[in-house]
Amino acid sequence: MPSFRAKQPAALWVVAILVYAFLYIPLIIVIVFSFNDSKLNAEWVGFTLHWYNALLHNHEMLLAARNSLIIAVSASFLATVLGTMAGLAIHRYKLKVLPVLAFTPVAMPEILLGVSLLLFFLQVLNLTLGMLSIIIAHTTFSIGFVAIIVRARLQGMDESIFEAARDLGATPWQTFRQITLPLIRPAIIAGALMSFTLSIDDFVITFFTKGIGEPILPIQIYTMIKVAVTPEVNAVSTLLMLLTLTLIIIATRFDNSMLGKS
Amino acid sequence: MALLEIRNVTKRFGNFTAVDNIRIAIEAGEFFTLLGPSGCGKTTLLRMIAGFDAPDSGQILLDGEDIAGLPPEQRPFHTVFQSYALFPHMTVAGNIGFPLKMAGKTPAEIKTRVTETLAEVELTPFADRYPHELSGGQKQRVAFARGLINQPRLLLLDEPLGALDEKLRENMQRELINLQASAGVTFIYVTHAQNEALALSHRIAVMNRGRIVQIDEPSRIYNFPVNRFVADFIGKINLLSARVIEVSASHLKLTVTGLGEVIVPVNGDVKAGDQGVFAVRPEQVRIVAQSPATATETQLLGKIKDFLYIGDVTTYIIELTNGTLIEALLPNSVPGHAKLFDIGDSVVISWQEQSAQFLPD
Repeated sequence: MPSFRAKQPAALWVVAILVYAFLYIPLIIVIVFSFNDSKLNAEWVGFTLHWYNALLHNHEMLLAARNSLIIAVSASFLATVLGTMAGLAIHRYKLKVLPVLAFTPVAMPEILLGVSLLLFFLQVLNLTLGMLSIIIAHTTFSIGFVAIIVRARLQGMDESIFEAARDLGATPWQTFRQITLPLIRPAIIAGALMSFTLSIDDFVITFFTKGIGEPILPIQIYTMIKVAVTPEVNAVSTLLMLLTLTLIIIATRFDNSMLGKS
Repeated sequence: MALLEIRNVTKRFGNFTAVDNIRIAIEAGEFFTLLGPSGCGKTTLLRMIAGFDAPDSGQILLDGEDIAGLPPEQRPFHTVFQSYALFPHMTVAGNIGFPLKMAGKTPAEIKTRVTETLAEVELTPFADRYPHELSGGQKQRVAFARGLINQPRLLLLDEPLGALDEKLRENMQRELINLQASAGVTFIYVTHAQNEALALSHRIAVMNRGRIVQIDEPSRIYNFPVNRFVADFIGKINLLSARVIEVSASHLKLTVTGLGEVIVPVNGDVKAGDQGVFAVRPEQVRIVAQSPATATETQLLGKIKDFLYIGDVTTYIIELTNGTLIEALLPNSVPGHAKLFDIGDSVVISWQEQSAQFLPD
């Protein structure tokens, strides 16, 4: 162990703790109050699972959750396939402009993406807004994330591995199946999980592209908050948080292993 | 017929001609080395043989047939890469068995052959290890085994020993010679290390700036370099600019800068007035007590200016009375002595006429 580790100033720790507190205390409050036996988010009264039970009987909420899951699974699947292809192409052909175009939606303001997709669906595609339009929209903004992760993984690899496969008798397709795909698999899984979490809690773009049809989870939560922040909202938020956190942890595990292995 | 014939192959990258009209014929069973400084085109040539790059002009013929249209996987050649290029997600056995799997062999046959090969390269205990769990030398042996298991017509080796430390490299050189002899596979070996090329090869092609400068056996390349570049690139050598003043049937008379008139044997096609260098290897220069010269020796007076102790040998730098510097190399055969002369000692140097030569620029 290097000795400078012991000399880290206490001030650094204080700052770190404050930053983490700022990030996580609001989330912890939501979780705590989802178990609070009171209609108000004011003071702790007692422990209950009532609000979770209420959620199970809230038809509208269950429908919203189902819809959101369908959208997240479909969009993350499509984004993973297309994003992986984009990542491979960008790495392989050393293109200049295309990578920027593929990665731009990642940094683009969501409101802009939402408005432009809305116009595109209505005026160019003549599409009735609904599940399909949301899936397309979510796929659009997730592709860039998958492409970035896959490309980063490829950049860390020895190019001669792929040439070695060809040289030793593998066709381009066999090289992809036997060598490329297994090696970028962690990046693909991380990208898929990332897309899923982005999709399931997206509000802005969903809001613009959902039309008037089916209820969608984040929008549903927002609608409920219009009245008051009820413990039921806390409960559904807690569940959503749990799902996202689990997926993010799994995603970073894959991401870490990909950094450590190569 | 040669196994592989490279016929007038040229490859350009933009304005840069990486490989310039190269012709080589490689015979079956040869250990053939492409030797040259980095950027001389040796790796580009190897990549064209493997099928990763296509020549701009010229042909590559296997058994007399042009293989231009064949992608790498259809050429009966395998490559050992400088970085080893082992598949990180496959075990040693998986890596070695890969070419057989791609060739469509049955799992049973693959298993038998992999087991045999692992035993041959003494890697049996490592069969289930992954590449990152192996040492450099072990990775190297896996790469050789993987390249040879499906009995390619040619094994292409791209500086395969470059990443190893010196001791290990010497051992691997010996292993490589044995491996080539026992496998009976033709090797094309690319390196910039002249000592490696001399130690391993049957024939060497010395390359510079995309062209072949000389193709010959190692001892001839070392003893009879065709020009200044080869002489300078292979081993150490004293080079002094010179001009031919007289040509006879067996000898040349030169005027050498700093030495005056010197006689050397005829070497190639030269005529009076040609410019070039006078060349003599340090180990051919003798440091002698002041005694009368024999008829075939040239003698010059000088002082020891400096020396470099290398262990087995010591290199002495001798300053002649007119200021010219000449290097001489003496083996340290006297026990316990690091040097036989000291700085400032007056000496006479000499060499046999036969050991010096004139090289055109």
